[in-house]
Amino acid sequence: MAEPTLTLNGRTVAFQPGQTILEVAQGAGVYIPTLCYMKDTLPTGSCRVCVVEVEGARTLLPACATQAAANQVIQTESPRVAAARRMVLELALASGNHNCLICEANGECELQALAYRYQVPTPAFAAPPDTPYYFEDNNSMIVRDFSKCIMCGRCVRGCTERQVNDAIAIGYRGSHNKIVAKADKTYIESDCVFCGECVQSCPVGALLDKNAIGQGRSWERTTVRTVCPYCGVGCQLEVHVKDDRILKVTGADAVPNEGRLCVKGRFGWHFVHHPDRLTTPLLRKNGELTPVSWDEALDYVAARLTEIKAKYGPGQIGGWCSARITNEENYLMQKFMRAVLGTNHVDHCARL
Amino acid sequence: MITCSCAATPPAQLTPAQWEKIDAIIAKYKDVPGNLMPVLQEVQEAIGYLPPEVQDRLAEGLNIPGSHIFGVMSFYSMYTWRPKGKYVIRFCESPPCHVLGAENLLQMAQEELGIGLNQTTPDGLFTLETSACLGVCEVAPAMQINEVVHGHLTRERFRQIIADYRAGMAPDYTTLTCTTYEISRYKQPPTDLVLLKNVGKIDPENIDDYLAAGGWQALKKAVTTMTPEQVVEEVKTSGIRGRGGAGFPAGLKWSFTRPLTVTPKYIICNADEGEPGTIKDRYIMEGDPQKILEGMAIAGYAVGASQGYIYVRGEYYLSKHRLAKAIEQARARGFLGKNLFGTDFSFDIEVRSGFGCYICGEETALIESIEGKRGYPRMKPPFPGVSGLWGKPTIVNNVETLASVPAIIEKGGAWYKSLGTPDTTGTKIYQIIGHVATPQIVEVPAGITLRELIDTYGGGMRPGSTFKFCQTGGASAGIVTAAALDTPLDFGSLAQVGGALGSGTMLVADQSVCVVDFVRAVAKFFAHESCGQCTPCREGTPLILRTVNRICRGQGTLEDLALLERLGAAMIDASFCPLGQTAPAPFLSAYKNFRQEFEDHITKKVCAAGVCRLG
Ligand SMILES: Cc1cc2nc3c(=O)[nH]c(=O)nc-3n(C[C@H](O)[C@H](O)[C@H](O)COP(=O)(O)O)c2cc1C
Ligand code: SF4
Ligand code: SF4
Ligand code: SF4
Ligand code: SF4
Ligand code: FES
Repeated sequence: MAEPTLTLNGRTVAFQPGQTILEVAQGAGVYIPTLCYMKDTLPTGSCRVCVVEVEGARTLLPACATQAAANQVIQTESPRVAAARRMVLELALASGNHNCLICEANGECELQALAYRYQVPTPAFAAPPDTPYYFEDNNSMIVRDFSKCIMCGRCVRGCTERQVNDAIAIGYRGSHNKIVAKADKTYIESDCVFCGECVQSCPVGALLDKNAIGQGRSWERTTVRTVCPYCGVGCQLEVHVKDDRILKVTGADAVPNEGRLCVKGRFGWHFVHHPDRLTTPLLRKNGELTPVSWDEALDYVAARLTEIKAKYGPGQIGGWCSARITNEENYLMQKFMRAVLGTNHVDHCARL
Repeated sequence: MITCSCAATPPAQLTPAQWEKIDAIIAKYKDVPGNLMPVLQEVQEAIGYLPPEVQDRLAEGLNIPGSHIFGVMSFYSMYTWRPKGKYVIRFCESPPCHVLGAENLLQMAQEELGIGLNQTTPDGLFTLETSACLGVCEVAPAMQINEVVHGHLTRERFRQIIADYRAGMAPDYTTLTCTTYEISRYKQPPTDLVLLKNVGKIDPENIDDYLAAGGWQALKKAVTTMTPEQVVEEVKTSGIRGRGGAGFPAGLKWSFTRPLTVTPKYIICNADEGEPGTIKDRYIMEGDPQKILEGMAIAGYAVGASQGYIYVRGEYYLSKHRLAKAIEQARARGFLGKNLFGTDFSFDIEVRSGFGCYICGEETALIESIEGKRGYPRMKPPFPGVSGLWGKPTIVNNVETLASVPAIIEKGGAWYKSLGTPDTTGTKIYQIIGHVATPQIVEVPAGITLRELIDTYGGGMRPGSTFKFCQTGGASAGIVTAAALDTPLDFGSLAQVGGALGSGTMLVADQSVCVVDFVRAVAKFFAHESCGQCTPCREGTPLILRTVNRICRGQGTLEDLALLERLGAAMIDASFCPLGQTAPAPFLSAYKNFRQEFEDHITKKVCAAGVCRLG
């Protein structure tokens, strides 16, 4: 059977049944803005910035949550769409205190990008800048600044659908709506496990990685793709770096983690720049740990192992390696212990 | 640093006996699907409030995340996580009470009690709150104290009521015959009653009365002499359009669900009755509850459902009480339960309660609420008839719709169709409220005119009063002027003149009403009741309110009017559900009909009705 088609801005486009209008448009290279839409989670169709005009429909329809149907005639930027979209953006901007000057999200904020694209300034009806909003800064990892929250609900879907932590939900009603942890307490008093998925899900500057605040604008940072040094899952990381210093870590959209991380991978990187971190081998000389070269250290270890093996036998030597090295390295370690030293005494700490 | 702590509460000091009660409620509902709402309601009833410690216990006992529990609780107006007074006073501030002076009375109540809004008297007796429409508009201005309604409020009456409560004379709602007036007080129509036939004539708490009046015979006829398809066909023939507001043909709706092979299917009776000015379903629930059960059972037989739910708004305590009693008696007599009339048709019904939330009258939000969630409307399609409660085919019908069904089966669809107008067949319960001499409900064949409704059943305008406008169908519908007085009150005709039949309520306003101030009261309602799911309505409804408020205070500009028009257009186009899509309608139609009045507030700083304090 021929693929069904629809008309998108006057163009005939084929689609797969089950696709949303947004997916069809993305496939056809037609831009439709989104805010609440988040890949791999159920569309809620709630922000309404993606509305499009579908011939025969009484109202505009959200592209992210409306199924494509055969022979639909869709306009993505008609005057009617533009007017509604503009008002949605104005309302979102007016709902908080969007002063981009000192906002962490500046430069990577999805709301700012849309305001720019559609040339929508903060409207005159916005609440005055001194309007109080909920602000939470009582833990070492995440800051919640709801003067920037646009109630897209992405953090909640990140927490419940992607991480299945169920630590947060949408609370209250109407314009009082607010993202809440249990009993509307702070994250640290709640079921939150500080995986930071919500921070990564937030399209604006409402949920912040505390360590990075004020440390560098998005365009001043470079990202380094690497593997999480902690457990055997091997999550893919983006390490955000400025002047050779890590500012924050986010999950890379790749297997196995597809963007997700746990508290260690995301927030547990301070050892990298810690003054106590070992940067050279240390050898105890006259009872004092003294920095030495790798050559000196390896020569010493090789000499001592040979000596101990000769004197006491290989069964008196044990090896202990780490879950934070790769499988290949662990393989080599046991090979070395068994084949070179001739002992079965090898183990590693699978727990961190 | 934490800038606000909205839920900060002192640690609860519950006694072991209270914890035992809580655990017993958890145990009772542990395996009931969608148990969160009933559990929260019963625990609040038992303990008085739902502090964080209790939320934790429920989270553990019901295996529901604590975040979800708070998210649900905080969505509904009637839950509280802070202790309140023994008596919670809910003052209605919706348009029907507003036009009868509710705002001044609220001020008066604060003076009388010596407390502000949302505060509790030092003796712990009274907490004063406001509420959206309580559904008792025939006695406006009104308040509800716990389960009991007190209407026609004046300072003297309020003082007396408070004194009575202080003296320990709080009425027991289960002993009242009805919440407001007995129907016999009202002017009766010359035509035959279908829906209200038994109301006020039979004892609603005694199934024998209903049986003596021919009750449960229609179900018997349906299940023993008709196929389900024939029942659907009969309802189709009747032409009955849903009475919940949208007017969708009930038979057609059933015919979509009937052939689906998915099981189980559900029947939901929508008894949320939250549309301001709407009071009709309450009379049926309080006066003839068995009829609703019978209608639901017939619907169940027609579409192949075996379980029904009645979702009653939280404030309707007497309705819930009567329905629960009726279900118990119907079960005991074998009209509900397994193998009815010796056939293999089984059907049972459960009452579920809302808890202060207008949007839960919207059918998909209602379904979410029964499932124990926040009342967020769902995307349609799929429609509930295909995928509703727990994803199963679900028929949602209004109380009045379902209560019409037994008569349709008994006397035939053709008979029903012969009543009313071709557009809106059958009889309809109209509600005439506001500035008429005798606000009341009346059941007549659909299609009487607004003039006849006002003059004959409303007793004319109240003394010294002239008609200014009428808000038709509820808060979300348009305003019509005297030009519409001779329009038949049916779905089609009213839509043509910029009104809507909606729930059949007609709120009449006289010359004392300032249309801008009226729009402000409507805007307040929507800002209070928006669910907040989508941006246009969540942010738009309070923006309408703020802007109209400014105009009422003499600080408006002509740009404000332009903004309201632009905002209204975007809300109509881009809101998620009909609430946001219709919330701007009252302003837009008022502005269309009374443009001068709006502009006078702005340019001349004049409120012709003398209601607004400008500048
Ligand atoms: C905001 C909103 C509130 C509603 N409130 C009610 C209500 O209180 N009672 C009701 O029966 N229908 C209400 N409805 C209509 C229902 O969604 C639904 O159409 C109706 O229950 C279907 O029953 P019917 O076809 O018998 O009218 C409401 C709709 C909306 C959009
Ligand atoms: S959240 Fe976005 S729009 Fe708001 S202030 Fe920050 S950068 Fe600007
Ligand atoms: S940090 Fe993780 S667990 Fe905590 S609220 Fe965010 S997503 Fe949920
Ligand atoms: S905190 Fe961020 S992700 Fe969560 S609702 Fe607000 S804007 Fe959306
Ligand atoms: S239109 Fe209003 S009530 Fe409807 S979903 Fe949007 S916010 Fe909720
Ligand atoms: S992206 Fe579609 S409604 Fe938000």
